[in-house]
Amino acid sequence: MLHFSDLFQYTDVFLSGLLTTVELTLLTTILGIALGTCCAAIRQYGHTVSQRLVAVYVELIRNTPFIVQLFFIFFGLPAIGLKLTPWQASMIALTINLGAYSTEIIRAGLSSIPKGQIEAAKVLGMNFRQTLTRVIFTPAFEKIYPALTSQCIIVMLGSAVISQISVEDLTYAANLVQSRNFRAFESYLVTALLYLVLAIALRFIFNQIGKRLFAYREVR
Amino acid sequence: MKRIVKLLSKSLFLTACFVAASVNADVLQDIQERNTIRIAVPQDFPPFGSIGTDLKPQGIDVDMANYIADQLDVKLEIVPVTSANRIPYLQTKKVDLVISSLGKNPEREKAIDFSTPYAPFFLGVFGDKKVMVDDIAGLAGKTVGVTRGSVEDLELEKNAPKSVNIRRFEDNNTTLTAYLSGQVSLIATGNLVATEIAKRQPSKAPEAKFMLKDSPCYIGMAEGETALQAKVNELIQQALASGELNKISMKWLKAPLPKGFGA
Repeated sequence: MLHFSDLFQYTDVFLSGLLTTVELTLLTTILGIALGTCCAAIRQYGHTVSQRLVAVYVELIRNTPFIVQLFFIFFGLPAIGLKLTPWQASMIALTINLGAYSTEIIRAGLSSIPKGQIEAAKVLGMNFRQTLTRVIFTPAFEKIYPALTSQCIIVMLGSAVISQISVEDLTYAANLVQSRNFRAFESYLVTALLYLVLAIALRFIFNQIGKRLFAYREVR
Repeated sequence: MKRIVKLLSKSLFLTACFVAASVNADVLQDIQERNTIRIAVPQDFPPFGSIGTDLKPQGIDVDMANYIADQLDVKLEIVPVTSANRIPYLQTKKVDLVISSLGKNPEREKAIDFSTPYAPFFLGVFGDKKVMVDDIAGLAGKTVGVTRGSVEDLELEKNAPKSVNIRRFEDNNTTLTAYLSGQVSLIATGNLVATEIAKRQPSKAPEAKFMLKDSPCYIGMAEGETALQAKVNELIQQALASGELNKISMKWLKAPLPKGFGA
């Protein structure tokens, strides 16, 4: 009944889709976490006005559907003269989305650092940079690392939506193959497995990075 | 054996009688004697045939039916049909003509006769007036939006040069949005979809560039009605020459007849 062999001729389509998804995931993960880190720092330690601005951004993104954000950027912005390619639009949408969620996650980590710990660093004569990286961010990230990992995987899985604006990602490949040979069961099963492998791989990468970043634990 | 031969010859004779009878019945003559022409039109397929706000049938097919009746100088009796029963209505002689966005195919050609085409119906590439494309080879290096899995998608994939950037969207509405928002300046779709854009945003009405698949509408009539067929063809030819067909196309499809239509 099942005809997985019908999918072989579309190997290229699946592979290029997989590559696009991986590429976008890696890029948006890095940019999104960077954006989240900056926003979290502002929200925790910044001026009132900038804190408010970040709060507006975070609430706006976290309380609207991703597909609406994506459509707004792709179909809406050309009305004011900003025309982005499907790839650029989805890159920006994914980054902004991850940025907002990771802001809240990282802020939780930052607020878990007791004031006394920062004061202790000052007393010990650590300079600003040392305090920031070793005393504030590293322990803060360590606390929220699993949550951040999950959020990045959620964004990767959520990127399936970008096929709607004709980005040729993994879901686009599945839809295309399915519309050509009508083997819906097979093509979506293969795609689901590929996403599963991607998610596990992403978690593995995060764990490896985590081991390096938080190595001081083991030295102790 | 003898009996079988007898039976066969009898049935053959009867069949021959029927055939002769149907050939003898000249529908065109009947129409003129009756002073009424019965024409099957759709009621559920705008812009070809639908019910207007005045509860009267309207559309290309209705206009065409009126035109034929006017030219024959007989009364028009409109018979609403669906796409499933329009050919049976013709075969059972409940109507004289079917003007119901009828396309031609070999199966239908075995059952009924067709006139020359009276209205355009095609899949094609449409786009901004500023984009210069005349044929599928001219698409090279350009971006075309299309609805994934549609016939036009398959046609493009099969025939377009490799360098065409085909952007596939989920459904017709998303493809339209991509065109209207300026994300793509060319789309492959049906001429009715292009009409829909022209109705919603006349300023952005896309221009037909070339056809991917042509399946114009013909008037259907019972088989072997040569006199009727000749008369209908003559009237269509006359309407084409006088610009009447183009007027109907402009009115309902918001676009002129495609180049070389009816040739």
